[in-house]
Amino acid sequence: MKPAKFFILFFIFSSLSLYSFASNKNLGESEDIKSEIKKYIKHHLKDSHSFYLTSFTNNDTGKKTYIEIPMPVILYDNGFKFFMSSDFKHGKEIVIDNETYYRMNYDNNKIYKTNSDGLINISNEGKVLNEKPLDFSITKNIATILLVSILMFFLFVSLAKSYRTNNGVSKGIGRFFEPIILFIRDDIAIPNIGLKKYKNYMSFLLTVFFFVWFLNMLGLTPLGVNVTGNIAVTFSLALLTFLITNLTANKNYWGHIFWMPGVPVAIKIVLAPIEFLGVFIKPFSLLIRLYANIQAGHIVLYSLIGLMFIFKAWIGSSLSFFLAFFIAIIEILVALLQAYIFTMLSALYFGFAVEDHSEAH
Amino acid sequence: MEKLIEEFSIGLFFWQTVIFVLLIFLLKKYAWGPILKAVNDREQGIKDALQSAELAKEEMESLKADNDKIMKQARVDRDSLLKEARDLKNSIVSQAKDEAKFEAQKIIESANEAIKNEKNAAVTDIKKQVASLSIEIAEKLLKEKLSDDNKQMQIVEELLKDVKLK
Amino acid sequence: MEIPLIVGGGLVVIGVGIGIGQIGKGAMEAIGRQPDASGKISTNALILAALVEGIGFAALFAL
Repeated sequence: MKPAKFFILFFIFSSLSLYSFASNKNLGESEDIKSEIKKYIKHHLKDSHSFYLTSFTNNDTGKKTYIEIPMPVILYDNGFKFFMSSDFKHGKEIVIDNETYYRMNYDNNKIYKTNSDGLINISNEGKVLNEKPLDFSITKNIATILLVSILMFFLFVSLAKSYRTNNGVSKGIGRFFEPIILFIRDDIAIPNIGLKKYKNYMSFLLTVFFFVWFLNMLGLTPLGVNVTGNIAVTFSLALLTFLITNLTANKNYWGHIFWMPGVPVAIKIVLAPIEFLGVFIKPFSLLIRLYANIQAGHIVLYSLIGLMFIFKAWIGSSLSFFLAFFIAIIEILVALLQAYIFTMLSALYFGFAVEDHSEAH
Repeated sequence: MEKLIEEFSIGLFFWQTVIFVLLIFLLKKYAWGPILKAVNDREQGIKDALQSAELAKEEMESLKADNDKIMKQARVDRDSLLKEARDLKNSIVSQAKDEAKFEAQKIIESANEAIKNEKNAAVTDIKKQVASLSIEIAEKLLKEKLSDDNKQMQIVEELLKDVKLK
Repeated sequence: MEIPLIVGGGLVVIGVGIGIGQIGKGAMEAIGRQPDASGKISTNALILAALVEGIGFAALFAL
């Protein structure tokens, strides 16, 4: 199948997941649809305790049926507690475990401790006041991360094997990934880190690039996952960059931060706190950039797909279809670009950390 | 900012970090290491092959230069040989010509000599014959003239006339 | 009269947009002048854009 055709199918399928809920609505009440779409998008952007596929409402009984894969819930609250997310029944049921009551707040997909009535206290500012247990559940995002990790493992191990069995020439799907690996080595790692030390960082850079890229791309599929648009995931990735940068940094790097060579003493004193702050701002901007880009992309894409159902005239709907289609293409580009920028900037920071000669600043 | 912190899930963060770090180490051991090594080896191999090709080319070039040199030498040798041969031929021819001329001259000279000798001999012979002929004629004449006594007397007289007694 | 915070956010986005636009413009012109150095130029442009963007994020999330 040609890539373009494949992409169109892909896009239509991803619109379908939104369509599945919109088609069951009474299209006369556009305000209702608007709030419904808003809720849907808000819900989609968040992590979830079950793998939502689709849902429909029975027109006669008004009962909503969800089609989803339940995930295991693991809580740490005076010992580990395990149960399935389907026990919550979308926040309708209270789960009782050792005389503690848990309820899931469906608005933000978080599990709270409640009293026996399952009451969730919400303050005037809309904050939930209930106590939260430590939640180590295998959520939708974690399942996706696991899936991508396993996929990556088998993909690249098979690529590595194909070199061994095929006399040093890659075979199969590896032919597609090998140039990308070479690109990361020759155009990201070596120019930024330098030939001497780039090898130490290659594993991290390659893993992070493919991990972010695959997850970004997966976010555009009808699976509707939003992993790289989640602050905890990007925080984890940026934290690793931060740790690697600062743990492998040489004397020269710290010298540049606290006692910038080649400037007057007064400026040195002024520069030190700024540079020190920069140590944290750099990875912070890294995590925010990825998060914001993917989050924004998802919001725009889903809003435009949702717009198709708000416009009642065919011209508006088809217009928003093409707009959504266009944005979807751009998002595919953004998926690659953000992975590239994350890897590139990580490599750059590593390069700062191991820079040898002082005149290069 | 508050919204972000609110959204932050420790469980997700925990699992993401664990899975990701594990993935890095697993991939490093089983994928990136072998892949980068294979690629490096291949590049090294290509570099080596190129280098040896370059070397072979250089060798070829030097061989070719040698060949050219030899060819040039051969050509020069051939030319000089040809020239020598030509010179030799010329000299032989001219020598032969000279000799022939000389020989011819000699033959002509000897022929001339012979002719001259023959002529002299012939002239001498003729002279002899003329002398003997004239003597014969004179004898005959004398015999005729002195056949009678008168005439003998007349001659005596005549002869005596010339002779004067001193 | 109190100005809502989101106006500040809008101003930040405008500023960052102009800044990144300027970086992109500079990079494109530089590549036009020296196509050979396009790799180096685009790397530096990306880094600068990332820095400007970082400031934008910092301001936006301080809202």
